[in-house]
Amino acid sequence: MRKHYSPAWRKELDYIMKLLTHIIKTEWKSLLRGKWVIGYTIIFILLTDSLLRFGGGGSEALLSLSNVMLLFIPLVGMIYGILYIYQSREFVELLLTQPIDRKVLYWGLFLGISTPLMAAFIIGSMLPLAWHGILAADSTSSLLVLGLGGMLTLIFVSLGFVFGLMFYDDRIKGFGFTIVVWLFLAILYDGLVLLIVFVFGDYPLEQFVIVVSTLNPIDLARILIMLEFDISALMGYTGAVFNRFFGQNTGIMTASGMLFLWLAIPTWMGLRIFRKKDF
Amino acid sequence: MRKLIINTVLAAITYLATLPVLFAQVVVSPDGPVTTISEAVQIAAPGDTIEVHSGIYHENDLLIEKQVTLTGIGNPVIDGNGEGFILIIRADSVNVSGFTIQRTGRSYIRDYAAILIEGVSGFVIEDNRIDDVFFGIYLAETQGGIIRNNIVSAYDSREASSGNGIHLWNVKNPIIIGNNVTGMRDGIYLEFAENAVITDNISSNNNRYGLHYMFSDGGRYENNTFRKNGAGVAVMYSDNVDMSNNLFENNWGGSAYGLLLKDIRNSRIEYNRFYRNTVAIYSEGSTNVDIRRNHIELNGWAVNIKSNSSRNRFIENNFIENSFDVRTDSPRNNNLFDGNYWSGYEGYDLNRDGIGDVPYRPVSLFSMIIERQPESLILMRSMFVRLLDQAERIMPVLTPKTLFDENPKMQRIQ
Repeated sequence: MRKHYSPAWRKELDYIMKLLTHIIKTEWKSLLRGKWVIGYTIIFILLTDSLLRFGGGGSEALLSLSNVMLLFIPLVGMIYGILYIYQSREFVELLLTQPIDRKVLYWGLFLGISTPLMAAFIIGSMLPLAWHGILAADSTSSLLVLGLGGMLTLIFVSLGFVFGLMFYDDRIKGFGFTIVVWLFLAILYDGLVLLIVFVFGDYPLEQFVIVVSTLNPIDLARILIMLEFDISALMGYTGAVFNRFFGQNTGIMTASGMLFLWLAIPTWMGLRIFRKKDF
Repeated sequence: MRKLIINTVLAAITYLATLPVLFAQVVVSPDGPVTTISEAVQIAAPGDTIEVHSGIYHENDLLIEKQVTLTGIGNPVIDGNGEGFILIIRADSVNVSGFTIQRTGRSYIRDYAAILIEGVSGFVIEDNRIDDVFFGIYLAETQGGIIRNNIVSAYDSREASSGNGIHLWNVKNPIIIGNNVTGMRDGIYLEFAENAVITDNISSNNNRYGLHYMFSDGGRYENNTFRKNGAGVAVMYSDNVDMSNNLFENNWGGSAYGLLLKDIRNSRIEYNRFYRNTVAIYSEGSTNVDIRRNHIELNGWAVNIKSNSSRNRFIENNFIENSFDVRTDSPRNNNLFDGNYWSGYEGYDLNRDGIGDVPYRPVSLFSMIIERQPESLILMRSMFVRLLDQAERIMPVLTPKTLFDENPKMQRIQ
């Protein structure tokens, strides 16, 4: 059945969409003026190209790229997110004097900042992959790495937003917190998991390590990379729980599902704080 | 004198005239005078050709004890109705080509085969399609012979109740070329086969091994493809085997290997490609094997070498993005790794001679960690694990100190 909007409804929807696109457009313009994003794209072009040129073939370059991606995209995403909240303080406060829906403004800000960053990574890495013929030869692996990079960008920009809004007046604290969170998620978390595995080695831990790994978005992306590149090693493991998780599509489904959850929850949290905040 | 010449000429003419009679053709067809192959075999004289036209023929234990050529025209089907053997060849120089041979018996006691060739030589089995059988082509105590361009397939997924595609027992100089074997227990199985030549075959989706060498010395296998077999390829208790230019691909599982070597001596493994196997090369008790110029990419473990293997040489291979390069259970190293390319190598080359200036240690700390705590497998490729590996490589404590590649290449070997 076709939906019927009353003219008033439609008018309002049009207005919201117009506002949203307007905010996003304004942000894109200011981003491009800052040349930050262009530099970010060029970094990925150079990186991927040199990996392909000097590092050997497709799988090698893709795995190196994914290592860089897993380590730096979270950092860049978060720093950029929080930086943006701080930088656009005046702009936001000015806009909020107008009768503008805060929800729309929040989405505008979020998409306006995260989509160029995401596009920078995807385009920057995709171009060299395309002209070296890897995109066509190893399309699944390439698209996986690119897609995961994009997803991680979204997740960590939204986390950056949350931290920025939480520490709105104390920038030093905000940046410090961001760096600590990155260090924890990217490196220390896995160390802790390994420690726990060794301390409680006598117990069955398969289910535990799977659950714990899904609680960290970087680990989730890593597991998806692993499922693509290391499945032959994973199949050598005889544990039943792992085999079910990795062997069938359960692993891919669970990990992707959790990644989306990781995107949904911080964005929703950021939105909530943004709506209730007394600027 | 003149009479003698005339007589000789006459005799020659007479002889030539009788030749077509000597090597006659027997035609079998569903509506012809001869309607079964067994009847044709009975009336045929040695040297005759039996031409079988398309149709379905039901035959069991069809014994061929004279030298005939069985030619299928228009792909005739020989159906064994799920009982016993189908063709049993006990004469030299028999040719069988162009048939579909299907449905042998199944047994836990007897090795029912579509074609059993026993104690003879000079046979050619060519361009046949062998389908839904227990054993495919079974050679016992034969000399020479060619098995070429056959397709052998079966559909039982259990090891115990399926037979081997091409089974060689106690044979000399067999030639196996261009066959395609799927869904059997072992694709090609050799036991006491001397100097076997196995080339250009494709052996895939078999329940156990794609190729299985047992006590078979001096053979070579080249240009074959072994794909998705339950346990890969096994070469056991054999000397002097040449393995080159083969593709070992997608053999996955807890006990699946691209190539399993057990008690192999004085052999060569060269120019093969190992791609996405759980373990590319597994070696137990092998001695003096040259593993050279192979391309080993994206496997779980590139090499798993047990401590009872010694004097094997891994030279100029490409090790590319394997989850783990080398695994061993020995703190010492009795084998040589030299001049390989390792994608995990992170050293430098200051004098620009293409060889890294610091040795590469292919046994990572993480591979030893997962040996103790298999659950930590989930941390593969994580930053923390990479840092641990890096530290261990700089100062080896837990990994074998003497296992390293002194001259790691900086670039892939072409």
